[in-house]
Amino acid sequence: MKTFSPTEFAIRYGFLLLMAGLIVVFSVLKPAFMSPQSAVFILQSVAITGILALGVTATLVVDGFDLSIGAVATSSLMLSAYVMVIWEMGAVAAVLFCIAMGAVVGLINGLLIVKMKVPDLLATLGMMFLLVGLQRIPTQGNSISTGMVLTDGTNATGSFSPGFSMLGRHRIDFILPDLVPLSVVFLILIAVLVWGFLELTRHGRVMYAIGSNAQAARLAGINVAGYRVLAYMISGVLASVGGILLSARLGRGDVASGNNLLLDAVAAALIGFAVLGAAKPNAFGTAIGALFVGILLQGLTMLNAPYYTQDFIKGAVLVVALVFTFALSGRAGRGRG
Amino acid sequence: MTRQAITIRGLTKAFGRNAVLRGVDLDLPAGQVTVLMGANGAGKSTLVKVLCGVHRADAGQVLLDDKPFAPEGPAQALRSGVVTVHQNINDGVVPGLDVASNLLLDSLAEGGSLFLNARRMREDARRIAAAVGLEVDVTRPVAGLPLADRQLVAIARAMVHKPRLLILDEPTSSLSMAEAQRLFTLIDRLRADGVAILYISHRMSDIRRLADRIIAMRDGQVSGLFDSAPLDYSGAVRAMLGHEITEVDITIPPPGPVMLQATGLQLKPEARAFDLALRANEVVAITGLVGSGKSALASVLFGLESPVSGTLTLNGTPYRPANPAQAVASGVFLAAKDRLINAVIPAFDIQSNLSLPFTKNHSGPLGLIRRATERAAAMRSIQAMGVVCQGPRDGILTLSGGNQQKVVVGRWMSQASRLLILDEPFQGVDIQARRDIGRRIRDSATNRATLVLCAEIDEALEVADRIIVMSEHTIVGDHRNEAIDLGRLMAEVAGSVEDRMDISA
Repeated sequence: MKTFSPTEFAIRYGFLLLMAGLIVVFSVLKPAFMSPQSAVFILQSVAITGILALGVTATLVVDGFDLSIGAVATSSLMLSAYVMVIWEMGAVAAVLFCIAMGAVVGLINGLLIVKMKVPDLLATLGMMFLLVGLQRIPTQGNSISTGMVLTDGTNATGSFSPGFSMLGRHRIDFILPDLVPLSVVFLILIAVLVWGFLELTRHGRVMYAIGSNAQAARLAGINVAGYRVLAYMISGVLASVGGILLSARLGRGDVASGNNLLLDAVAAALIGFAVLGAAKPNAFGTAIGALFVGILLQGLTMLNAPYYTQDFIKGAVLVVALVFTFALSGRAGRGRG
Repeated sequence: MTRQAITIRGLTKAFGRNAVLRGVDLDLPAGQVTVLMGANGAGKSTLVKVLCGVHRADAGQVLLDDKPFAPEGPAQALRSGVVTVHQNINDGVVPGLDVASNLLLDSLAEGGSLFLNARRMREDARRIAAAVGLEVDVTRPVAGLPLADRQLVAIARAMVHKPRLLILDEPTSSLSMAEAQRLFTLIDRLRADGVAILYISHRMSDIRRLADRIIAMRDGQVSGLFDSAPLDYSGAVRAMLGHEITEVDITIPPPGPVMLQATGLQLKPEARAFDLALRANEVVAITGLVGSGKSALASVLFGLESPVSGTLTLNGTPYRPANPAQAVASGVFLAAKDRLINAVIPAFDIQSNLSLPFTKNHSGPLGLIRRATERAAAMRSIQAMGVVCQGPRDGILTLSGGNQQKVVVGRWMSQASRLLILDEPFQGVDIQARRDIGRRIRDSATNRATLVLCAEIDEALEVADRIIVMSEHTIVGDHRNEAIDLGRLMAEVAGSVEDRMDISA
């Protein structure tokens, strides 16, 4: 016997309706908004933040937080450039180095939190500062590109391998020729993997249990510390993947890129709480959250809104999403396992 | 004739529909130590909170030195001379400040001049510290002091107010023996000075050392007053725990082979080592007061703590779990007490709460959960435990307390175990749920050893084949649950087997 409750409806579908409304408004104001190219552009713009946001989601699930993802991504950007341009190695080596770096940073974050008992926000904040500095030390703060002057006075002769650049630039024929960028394929693939891991496997189930009541999870014989570390490693690895895609798109190790990555990714993950009234971190919601931010920014850009109003609106949307999650759904029933 | 410092008449207090104090009558004479005993939920803490101004009573009268006393808040209670030292030491001190500032905190809070005179503060503080025998550099931060000194700081701080009544809530629970002795010396001096002392504790050694009178509380009322020497400690314990004759008829099955053998097990450095054998098919209850070592034993068996010394064997092979995961893997399960803290996953439904420790058994390749087998197992548990619900996907928090308890206990009965430990499995459940859970524990006990920890003797009598009594972190009694000598059992719980003579005489 379910009766219709407006609050319940708003909690469940409010955010999806808001997103549909935005699409309609933008399409009416700018008919070009509805083109496949525009849709793909949105996806491409959210691919990197989306992948980072999925990593943060894993840490949110175990009731943690990873503030170092932006710095991991930019470190991965610099590292991949360094490996190819200075060490003159290939695409595979660059990718492997970056992913290993992300995993190690995640491992250190996790151990700081689990073994050294440093609060998660502080540990990952410290790691963020550390990485922001560290990634600039080898090149004395300069960006990395082919032909740059090295410390010994010679010029760097290595270059980005074409295979590596393809990761960020190649487009696949889909309905239209050269439509879907490879980075979007990665986003969708990773989103499905993370969703499946969190929702369908026992490991995901256990991670949600840890996030809900860590003490009870420990007394159920669960290796709480191990799963916490795993969550930070997932976050680190996904952040480094984001950095690889950014590097491949830019084609150089640009020290100034990636400033917004952390905030956009965190916003997407937190907006994800509100999608379908989940009231908990979840991969599907995070993907929708990233898409939402992308649609909003693309629409505003097409309407020629200046960049600072975009930041303002992003923040406002985040606040509204958090109200949806915590104020409204707190009154309704609990999420299910 | 002793003067009464505090007279309490007809005190009641309810939280919502839950009546916690149901007409308490109590006198606390000046210059005497009155020990207050009561099981969890008897209303001790609420009574203390009314006296120290945290809660206001619904009805009843409190007289302090024959004048009505109804403090608006803790500060006013303190100024009137009712001083409380809480179980949680850090409630009474500000860890970040130095000793001198802590000792003078109340006068600082009351105002005075804008600037502090550091030298005069130190002198005042030294004087106050000396009065309670606290020998410590007053410029040291409190955070750096040992627990016992912090407690003395809290008491010394209270002494500034010339207390009429000093309330000590489990003050020795985290003190060493030597530190406790120092506290007792101070209490002796305050008693001689004519301060009324209300001492809340379960430690029989403390009680024997200090008590002039014992008051037992049960279900929000005073259930016994003992003030004639020699004090009847067993009687006090009986008044505190109470028991009715239970109709439950236990048929003791033939015990199987030894499942768990503990040899020379020592739970605490000062405690006596003991041996314990738990056999298959038998349900053993361990009873004892709070802090008697029941939970410490469970922690050792479940890999949460290491024993001081001693060895364990499980099914004949050495057993030394380093963590709960290893214990569960060895087939030793623990259904923890305090379900909302230790057992319930609030975000999960019944099904996921039930399967939590055993997700491996319900998952296939890549760790993918098989929902169908998980659901079937959940249905079986719901059926077996008699959980009242719409279905296995109901949120756990939509259930009543008794049904939640059935889920968290049923969790550990859904798979075969070698040793199942249930810590207070009847906690906070109604009588029907208690019967259901108890029956289920007995019905499923074949082929495993079952250990039930319960402070209430009634519960032990209802569920167990054998009742073991713990006191001071060791085993002091072992009874087959057939025509049990309850007097002796109570005496053992009170930690005084020699008191048995008084009872039988």
